[in-house]
Amino acid sequence: MTEQPDAIAALAETKPSPGEKYYPPFKVTPELTKKAKAYIAMYPKGREQSAVLPLIHLVQEKHGYICPQSVLWIAEMCQSTPIHVQGIVSFYPGIRTSCPGKWHIRVCHTIACALSGGEELLSYVCEKIGIDPKAMTEEEPMAVSADGLWSIEAVECLAACGFGPNLMVNDALYSQMDQAKVDDLIEEYSKKA
Amino acid sequence: MSEITYKPGHEPHLRETRRIFRNIDRVGYDPSIACFIKDGGYETLKKAIKMEPAAIIDEVKKSGLRGRGGAGFPTGVKWTFIPKGNTKPVYLVCNCDESEPGTFKDRFIVHQDPHQLLEGMIIACYAVQAHYAIIYMREEFPEAAKIVQRALAEAEKNNFLGKNILGSGYDLNIILHRGAGAYICGEETGLINSIEGVRPYPRIKPPFFPAAIGLYGCPTIVNNVESLCQVRQVLMRGGEAYAADGATRSPGTRIIGVSGDVQRPGYYEIISGSITYGDLLYELCGGPKPGRSFKAIIPGGASAKVMRCDEVLKGRNPDGSVRKMTIFDVPMDLDSIAQHGSMSGSGGVIVMDDSRSMPEMLRNLNRFFAWESCGQCTPCREGNPWMLKLSTRICQGKASPEDVDLLKSVADNICGRTVCAFGEACAWPVQAFTTKFREEFLALTRPINAFKPHNPEAAEARKYLTRED
Amino acid sequence: MSTEQQILPKDAAAAEGKVNVQINGTWYRFPKGTRIADACNSVGVHVPCFCYHPKLSVAGSCRMCLVEQGMPPRLAPGATPTYNDDGYQTIQWMPRAIVACANTVAENMGIRTNGTVCTEARRAVLEFLLTNHPLDCPICDQAGECKLQEYTADYGQLTHRFTESKIKKGKNLSIGPRVNLDQERCVLCRRCVRFMKEIVGEEVLGVVGRGGRNAIACYPGKTLDSNYSMNVVDICPVGAMTSKDFRFKMRVWFLKSTPTIDVNCGTGTNINIWTREQQVYRITPRQNDAVNSCWMPDDHRLNYKYINAPERLLTPLIRTDQQTEQRPAAWEPLLRAVAEQLRRCKSSELAIIASARLTNEELYLTKHLADLLGVKALDIVPRVGENDGMLISADRNPNTTGAKLILGKDGSTLPDIVRGIKIGKIRSLIVLGEDVTAEAGIPAEQLRKLDYLLVMAHSESPTTQEADAVLPGVTFAEKHGTMINVTGRIQRLNQAIDPLGEARADWDILRALLQECGDVPLKAARATSSMEILEEMAEQFEALSGVTWANIGNSGRQILETGVTIPLIEREHAKQP
Repeated sequence: MTEQPDAIAALAETKPSPGEKYYPPFKVTPELTKKAKAYIAMYPKGREQSAVLPLIHLVQEKHGYICPQSVLWIAEMCQSTPIHVQGIVSFYPGIRTSCPGKWHIRVCHTIACALSGGEELLSYVCEKIGIDPKAMTEEEPMAVSADGLWSIEAVECLAACGFGPNLMVNDALYSQMDQAKVDDLIEEYSKKA
Repeated sequence: MSEITYKPGHEPHLRETRRIFRNIDRVGYDPSIACFIKDGGYETLKKAIKMEPAAIIDEVKKSGLRGRGGAGFPTGVKWTFIPKGNTKPVYLVCNCDESEPGTFKDRFIVHQDPHQLLEGMIIACYAVQAHYAIIYMREEFPEAAKIVQRALAEAEKNNFLGKNILGSGYDLNIILHRGAGAYICGEETGLINSIEGVRPYPRIKPPFFPAAIGLYGCPTIVNNVESLCQVRQVLMRGGEAYAADGATRSPGTRIIGVSGDVQRPGYYEIISGSITYGDLLYELCGGPKPGRSFKAIIPGGASAKVMRCDEVLKGRNPDGSVRKMTIFDVPMDLDSIAQHGSMSGSGGVIVMDDSRSMPEMLRNLNRFFAWESCGQCTPCREGNPWMLKLSTRICQGKASPEDVDLLKSVADNICGRTVCAFGEACAWPVQAFTTKFREEFLALTRPINAFKPHNPEAAEARKYLTRED
Repeated sequence: MSTEQQILPKDAAAAEGKVNVQINGTWYRFPKGTRIADACNSVGVHVPCFCYHPKLSVAGSCRMCLVEQGMPPRLAPGATPTYNDDGYQTIQWMPRAIVACANTVAENMGIRTNGTVCTEARRAVLEFLLTNHPLDCPICDQAGECKLQEYTADYGQLTHRFTESKIKKGKNLSIGPRVNLDQERCVLCRRCVRFMKEIVGEEVLGVVGRGGRNAIACYPGKTLDSNYSMNVVDICPVGAMTSKDFRFKMRVWFLKSTPTIDVNCGTGTNINIWTREQQVYRITPRQNDAVNSCWMPDDHRLNYKYINAPERLLTPLIRTDQQTEQRPAAWEPLLRAVAEQLRRCKSSELAIIASARLTNEELYLTKHLADLLGVKALDIVPRVGENDGMLISADRNPNTTGAKLILGKDGSTLPDIVRGIKIGKIRSLIVLGEDVTAEAGIPAEQLRKLDYLLVMAHSESPTTQEADAVLPGVTFAEKHGTMINVTGRIQRLNQAIDPLGEARADWDILRALLQECGDVPLKAARATSSMEILEEMAEQFEALSGVTWANIGNSGRQILETGVTIPLIEREHAKQP
């Protein structure tokens, strides 16, 4: 039998990422629990499971990604099971299971953006931040730069099709991008670091 | 309203009618409630909340308003699907998971004019007597999530939300629920499952409408952002007045998003049916890019069937005689384009000019659908990666002419056999591209010995099957 | 047309709460609310399903059960329906196939499974399922009982058009102590996920990933360790879930299945026992909605190894002198010697410890043996555990109800016998089918002190080692007989393999012993099968009146009201509308 990574064990393993230095590691604090309870209270009684997505966002915003410990914590908070939460975590492309860079860039390459140069934009951004586009695969759509400052991901439709090509840096959308604008953008964010 | 000025580059074209987008990219307009109220906001709610809920539903039915999410189902009729004598709570969900490629209208509403949505939504909730409602916001709108959250707080502070709204005795709580980047959550039952905190697989039909059994097993109305804003317009204008505007079967304004190879892509709000695709592309959007000509149009979001610009369509003159026409002569309402085998969907028009390779376009769409398939049911889960692999191979020049037919056949096998409409959404582009641009696909292929392997596994296996002489 | 209107089929059906449905051209009547899949299968029109399981919620996701459906045309407002000569409306067929699992029958509905709409849909779905399937049937345990294989042969196509690379997923994954998972073979029907969530109530299995990368998984550290885990192997339509116990042991087509019952507790779970020649390879549950639904606990399922174990007693044994070893003996002389020995015993000093693991027929013969020998000290060994809230009853004997009915004993006088042995009041003992050093708690030294110890057992134990004569009996797999479960249901044990070695069915040993011990005017003493004994019992016990081997059938027959229920079955009944 050939040696293969165990697909089950892999669920509770995290790929190390240079981005981790920019995000605090996951830790259950009273503050976090309080926030989580507030989210859970938004939904009708007995529907704690509805809060799985909000809690995932809560953890991801602060810690950058969803680590196995947080899966267990969310499952416990929402009266669910780890495999259920993992099923949700692994479903949504917006949920990351390894740490992004400080600045996470999402470049749209769906048809409308592709028509306005999304694919070229993607390779240009990769070149600018020093990431090999081949590092982005179907299994690992996100690639992180060695210094952990940048991460990049090709995404499907950001819903700004008329103003393509579009990209997002963390929460901010940048439309009608071209190489000059990318240059400025990268410089601006490098300074913020 | 002559005092409205828009930011440079966003001025409406003369043939536009800005109602929903009245305040989008308007100089001096911000998403605050003060700004909205100054502009006459929440007046319609004050009027509506004094009406009987049934009267509001009647008004919406009278208006002929059809949903703007893509399927175009009459909104008022959808509301009446709540079972008679229902004793369970009724929920209303606003579908702000705008993710059909080519569609980008809801983005502007929630980012720039959130109270317009809230007012429409509160009216709709009151009409169906929902006391708990959810705005399902797509993950890619993090800023909008903050804006809407703030708007909700403002509305509650002004007693447009919360307990005893405007002294009417009606209570309503609206919460914001963020998605996490899945196209399938735009499907209403997938969206409901996403809210319930389970994998967002669309539910099996029957029941055909969540209005019967929806969120938490209770009657649930799911409406698109624009639809809810249109509800406000209906109440503002009156159902009959609303119905009088535009195409008979799809009245009101429509927001068209144009992307791709035109001079001026962007959003346009028009009276439904008042212009044709030709008017849109040549007048409003300024025609093709210099030195180019239009080749193909996807008229209603990525899942609509592509139309060739030189395709000869059969139209009917008022006297019933047949005339020849092209896509440019088709009026922009919800139904006209459907007669020619495509759909107007959510109003996202994607334009491709003669510089584009159609197989490459299809490969892009196949990648989108393969990535977004939820994987619940067999044909879609297995068919989409297959179609992507086929179209990729065609684009790489590693396919035989038979592969083009195979690609179409795979799409035919998915279509109509899936749990949700995603099956059609992913199959239609393939069927249309491979049929209408068949020559382009065939041009990339070459007769290939079927025994020649084209994937690493087959190449490996071949070592054991052939003898090196 | 006559003025006297014939009653239309729809009205006739409605009067019975039924609807008329045309399936492949023939009209049938089904209760309202029947699923199309169940309706078709009930009239012999097979509808292939992967995800649909009658005991689980409907997923409707495999799309294998697509059938062509039609309804009468929608009438224009004010129009009245027209009926043909047979009283039915014409059926307008829909261009799209619908799933037979999630839809229910309706009046005047038409179902076709033989038209192109249906056959094309099935062919297409199978082709899709096979695209990423590894096609490793030669090394797959499910081969031979695989739905994917079966349906491909029945409804699939002969050629494969998929020539791309397949999606790689996890293989040979241990997801629990008894179950292995192959994600590539999986058709993602989610039966296992639903079973664990809905029946067991533990959500340990789930789907991870999305689209083509969807895969069944459990979370590390929270594995599939429920005592009902192996049921997922049974319901898995393909070879994704395999039993660690059965993996690579035997191709299923070599196995013979015998319907019988489980004897590990009083529930009497209906099972199939799978054998080849004289070897038992596995046990699977058999559907019986009054006993065990479709499920069984793992520990019961795996408790079959003793049948072919080296501890089995394969020849009669005798010890002629206290100091010598036991030595093999021939049946007939041994039985004669035993009978002679028993006749010499003083009946007040003789006791019989029987077993509630014996069949009714064996208990009946035991009773007559006791009567013949004048033995008053007779009881069974009780076994009580905890009810697991699912299928395992608190009573861990399979036939306590039978023992109560036939012997009038339930183990309550066993302590007296044990004391009698201890104080030497009982000098001789007959043990039938028990190891009395275990649950009965009689130390081996005390057994050694007895004047005479006769043991009938299928396997070697401390008790048999002390015996003066050992009569090798058989396990439940080697004999016919009946048992009555905790709810009062009489069920059949069917013989799956012949008695091993020189062992004989217990009823046969008891019958022979009875014959040797005296001239009994019993038909049973001359019976050639346990069925004949049952016939005689039916005349003697009111509860068994009218009960025959044939009318018990393979699903049993309720003959007593004990008031005991099976929790899982109660829950299932509560779920039904």
